[in-house]
Amino acid sequence: MKQEKKSLAQRFAKAAGVALALFMSAQSVTAAEPVKVGFVYVGPTGDAGWTYSHDKARKYVEEQLGDKVKTTYVESVAEGADAERVIRQLAKSGNDLIFTTSFGYMNPTLKVAKQFPKVKFEHASGYKRAKNVGTYFDRIYEGRYLTGVIAGKMTKSNIVGYVGSFPIPEVVRGIDAFTQGLRSVNPKAVVKVVWVSSWYDPAKEREAAETLILQGADIINQHTDSPGPIQAAQAKGVYAFGYHSDMSLYGKDAHLTAATHNWGPVYLEKVKSVMDGSWTSTDFWGGLASGATALAPLNPAIPEDVVKLVEERKQAIIDGKLHPFQGPVKDQSGAVKVPAGEVMSDEDLLSLNWYVEGVEGELPK
Amino acid sequence: MDYDLIVNILYATVRTGTPLILVALGELVCEKSGVLNLGQEGMMLMGAVIGFIAALETGNLWLGVTFAMAAGLMMSLLFGFIALNLSANQVATGLALTIFGTGLSAFVGSDYVGTPLVGIEPWHIPLLSDIPFVGRILFSHDPLVYLSFGLFVGVYLFLNRSHAGLALKAVGESPQSAKATGLPVFKIRYLAVMFGGAMAGLAGAYLSLAYTPLWAENMTAGRGWIALALVVFASWKAERVLLGAYLFGAFSIMHLVAQGLGFSVSPNLLAIMPYLATIVVLVMLSSDKARVKLYAPVSLGKPFHPAD
Repeated sequence: MKQEKKSLAQRFAKAAGVALALFMSAQSVTAAEPVKVGFVYVGPTGDAGWTYSHDKARKYVEEQLGDKVKTTYVESVAEGADAERVIRQLAKSGNDLIFTTSFGYMNPTLKVAKQFPKVKFEHASGYKRAKNVGTYFDRIYEGRYLTGVIAGKMTKSNIVGYVGSFPIPEVVRGIDAFTQGLRSVNPKAVVKVVWVSSWYDPAKEREAAETLILQGADIINQHTDSPGPIQAAQAKGVYAFGYHSDMSLYGKDAHLTAATHNWGPVYLEKVKSVMDGSWTSTDFWGGLASGATALAPLNPAIPEDVVKLVEERKQAIIDGKLHPFQGPVKDQSGAVKVPAGEVMSDEDLLSLNWYVEGVEGELPK
Repeated sequence: MDYDLIVNILYATVRTGTPLILVALGELVCEKSGVLNLGQEGMMLMGAVIGFIAALETGNLWLGVTFAMAAGLMMSLLFGFIALNLSANQVATGLALTIFGTGLSAFVGSDYVGTPLVGIEPWHIPLLSDIPFVGRILFSHDPLVYLSFGLFVGVYLFLNRSHAGLALKAVGESPQSAKATGLPVFKIRYLAVMFGGAMAGLAGAYLSLAYTPLWAENMTAGRGWIALALVVFASWKAERVLLGAYLFGAFSIMHLVAQGLGFSVSPNLLAIMPYLATIVVLVMLSSDKARVKLYAPVSLGKPFHPAD
């Protein structure tokens, strides 16, 4: 019996050794395998807007890294409980890095991240981080500043319309940056804002744009997701700016350009850092300089000198010589909020809840 | 406010009210027969997506409109089968239809999201559109708006002046009595449900082919629900449906115009109004006394089996 027991223990030890060897070899196989990256999208990939911009970047990463990377995506995932299920599924199925691309995924991402400490997570537009959860966003307001410069040079009525979704800092920041750009070249121009209380309602966005056109706006900008405002501008024969991605398909003549997200370089870097093991949880907020924010191709109707001016301003922002919110920045009452020689801090930018001089009307609370 | 602004507000009001009128007239006829179909949103979305795809693939916008109506009709047949043939709970079936339509339309249309289409252009009616004021407000729209005028007149006459309309109402009030007088209750209810489906499909087509010619998931943005509330507010009267839809349109346009003029209104508060009102009405409807006061069809939502 004793003999037998011993041999049993030996067998166990042997088996354990084999298992360990198998495990080790499996580990080394994993190392040679492509890095797996998952993406969770809030909308359909063909929305010509937010989700489209993320999926374009996913394809860019695949193009750049070839068979060294394997990507999976799940689209139209509602924020909330459904998101948690999808994120967990992606983590379970062996993804090394998961991009969760909507603000409402913040808490589900953190919850799942806790259960899968070895998986890395990158959450777009959030503010909560963990050891394996980083956040990223782009300084789209830099692009909006440039569209403001174009609008300032192109407007004849000196009234520019802005279709807003909800009065949250992200949107107010865009309006203010746009106005700063506008007034830097045309101090007489003003911005009228209409809020539609929706991120996506093409019909309502269109009506909002038409209302603004009716009240004298000859250029329309938007911080909503549908091409409704572009369609309105095209129908009424005025200019408009797209958002998220190039929306010129919806109004070739009206579409001046669009402030777009360009996540490709951001995603590529994040994936590479996971591959070489250098990934750490960071808070990335990049703009024109990092390439995360870009302008869509400019409408040929924009005069050459304006194109040149935009290029100069863009370069100045990239070089750090120009900041859309460099002092003096005044609020609507004319009070100086950022003194000359200073720029607004990132912290203040993130919580911006007042209009700069040049925006008409009151900011709804 | 100047003349131009007023004319434009009223013009936009008509356009905003049109999809609501189309769905609400369909639902009105359906409810008058005693059938409550909460699947408007789903049927609209199917109409919008199928209409868009058909118009894009065939290059014929009117074929798109036809397909949209057919899509709405097919959806309503599905509802009819479950709620009428199988006598399932109408509220539950209608809700399921909305969820199903939302999902199916997203699935069917996923390849068409972000595809541009030249939509139905406005058609200025000769002579009529030259009338000052009224001409610009009523007769400078796209043909689907004119169709909504015609459909309103049709439904109004049908319900108030025709024998068939009387039969429909009788079925909605008391299917048992209607059957006793020899009316084909089941057939009438089916036809009413189908009319509601086709109208919802047409409303969807108005959004995806004329108003904002594009397809995007959930592009109806709750208009089906607002139309349902409208029917109740209108206390099941066609003329009040028309008025209510334009009133709602005017409200949502004024809310945008007021902001542009610099009045400070809370956009969120205005945005929730229609939904809040819907809840209030639905709560009121749950009391029998209130139902009578609101002139609701007495047998609304109650299944009737052909064998009864």
